[in-house]
Amino acid sequence: MGQITLQGVQKSFGPVHIIKGADLEIADGSFVVFVGPSGCGKTTLLRLIAGLEDVTGGAILIDGRNVVDVPPAKRGLSMVFQSYALYPHMSVRGNIAFGLKMAGIAKDEINRKVEAAAATLNLTPYLDRKPRELSGGQRQRVAIGRAIVREPKAFLFDEPLSNLDAALRVQMRLEVTRLQKQLGTTAIYVTHDQVEAMTMADKIVVLNGGKIEQYGSPLELYEKPNNLFVAGFIGSPKMNFVTGELAKQQGATTIGVRPEHLKVERNGQGGWHGTVSVAEHLGSDTFLYVDAGPLGMLTARYVGELDLHPGDKVSLIPDPARIHRFDDSGKSIRA
Amino acid sequence: MARMVTTRNKVISTAAAWLVGFLIFFPILWMVLASFKTELEAFAIPPSFLFFHWTTENYVTVQERSDYFHHALNSIIIAGGSTLIAMLIAIPAAWSMAFSPTKRTKDVLLWMLSTKMMPPVGVLVPIYLIYRTFGLLDTRSGLIFILCLGNLPIVIWMLFTYFKEIPKDILEAARMDGATIGRELIYVLTPMAVPGLASTLLLNLILAWNEAFWTLNLSTLEAAPLTVFIASYSSPEGLFWAKLSAASTLAIAPILVLGWFSQRQLVRGLTFGAVK
Ligand SMILES: Nc1ncnc2c1ncn2[C@@H]1O[C@H](COP(=O)(O)OP(=O)(O)OP(=O)(O)O)[C@@H](O)[C@H]1O
Ligand SMILES: [Mg+2]
Repeated sequence: MGQITLQGVQKSFGPVHIIKGADLEIADGSFVVFVGPSGCGKTTLLRLIAGLEDVTGGAILIDGRNVVDVPPAKRGLSMVFQSYALYPHMSVRGNIAFGLKMAGIAKDEINRKVEAAAATLNLTPYLDRKPRELSGGQRQRVAIGRAIVREPKAFLFDEPLSNLDAALRVQMRLEVTRLQKQLGTTAIYVTHDQVEAMTMADKIVVLNGGKIEQYGSPLELYEKPNNLFVAGFIGSPKMNFVTGELAKQQGATTIGVRPEHLKVERNGQGGWHGTVSVAEHLGSDTFLYVDAGPLGMLTARYVGELDLHPGDKVSLIPDPARIHRFDDSGKSIRA
Repeated sequence: MARMVTTRNKVISTAAAWLVGFLIFFPILWMVLASFKTELEAFAIPPSFLFFHWTTENYVTVQERSDYFHHALNSIIIAGGSTLIAMLIAIPAAWSMAFSPTKRTKDVLLWMLSTKMMPPVGVLVPIYLIYRTFGLLDTRSGLIFILCLGNLPIVIWMLFTYFKEIPKDILEAARMDGATIGRELIYVLTPMAVPGLASTLLLNLILAWNEAFWTLNLSTLEAAPLTVFIASYSSPEGLFWAKLSAASTLAIAPILVLGWFSQRQLVRGLTFGAVK
């Protein structure tokens, strides 16, 4: 079991208010990702759940029990750090076994569990090496091995893949997701990579300035962002925002259209007119950065190759069903 | 472009390194050589380098005139004792400053170090008077005490920098792994701190062994360590170069041997963090 509930959790460092009241309900076995810009408090919130920081206010419930006064060792969670934080003087075996040893488990049982964890993570050949004799990806696996071997109530990951190169990151992303599904253990995962967030999460928490902006499944956030911030943060390339007369016609202060929901027509009629200023041809996609005069710069994405070049005149026709409308305060208007 | 290391450059830099090493080592070598010369040869001009009449009579005379082992034992007790006490005080002090610093931690550290900026001779008279009043003159405990105080700032400073290098993440990982403070200390912190502890200990030992100001001023015979032993050959009856050299060689021998065997540890500790 690993159900985690946050109730009005607050954290200040001295006079600085970092987490401004977070409420969250994390279901047992789910994979929840915290995303948000740098400095928004993702790590802090994770450390509060871990118990590495004390809350300033509010409650944290694990399986219904308030743990704000329980030390990290007794919360039954394990954590994977961005820096891996392996014990440098211990072998891989020693690193993975450490938590079990602290729990006072019998030697042969420890051995059995360590070997099993190592086998799952393809670490068996490295069991007797020291961390400094491993590659970055292998170290990360050891850190994950150390976390799973204890069969915790939940895993906490703080940007565990950010020190790996791009190819390895994709591979580890798949491995972590597969492992979590296989074990069925609750996981909280911090990242600022929104591809990681979209692909790994059952549910995403978007944080901004110490507040939870929205909590929902990846597609919910994509299709129904609560506000301008979430709309701009989720999705790549970013959603286009248009203000002024055009927005007013739709009964909104700002309207937003994702690049993939703009139909591109060469010299077309209707829609929004502009001039291509940059065209990126990826083969699979074409990204157009269009100077649309009073509307500003707009981004459009076309699936496939589109033979357009800087200086070409185009018109962009938004899909009327996928125009997002926002009011004065940036909140989403849902018809 | 990668830096090209030609054989010629290698030969030149190796030769240069040996030359510098030899220059640094030369005074010690000269001292050892002089200790095997007769007094006349010791200051002969031009000096003889290796082809002189080798003799051990200086060592015999030195041991006859003053008790080397008495002074050596004092040195061991004083250097060892002051180092041990300094470490016992410094470890918890540096520990708390490294792992739960406050706004004033840096100030406290600087203040401690600033006590080393005052020339010891500035407080010689008051310390001497205090020692006389409390009957600490020419006692081992008196010397242990003053050397311990003198080296404490440096010991704390060194340990602090070593402890600071230990990533906090690793300690937190241990905490997440269910380690209590005690076990975190035994299984995680101490093993990581050993190189730093060892080199601090060695350096402090060497500093205490060679400390001459306080030992010369506060001891005469009973508690006198090897520094006093050497000094006794340099004044009243004029200089006896060969005997002075023999005494000095005897005095630095133990610490030289210790340094030789622990040099790897020492260098590793002193460059800790620089290499990572
Ligand atoms: N121990 C601390 N003392 C004071 N301020 C802190 C402390 N830890 C974090 N902060 C502040 O809290 C804010 C949130 O930090 P946090 O590390 O949670 O951000 P983050 O969302 O994880 O950012 P990133 O994506 O860069 O890792 C930052 O402004 C940071 O300066
Ligand atoms: Mg962070």
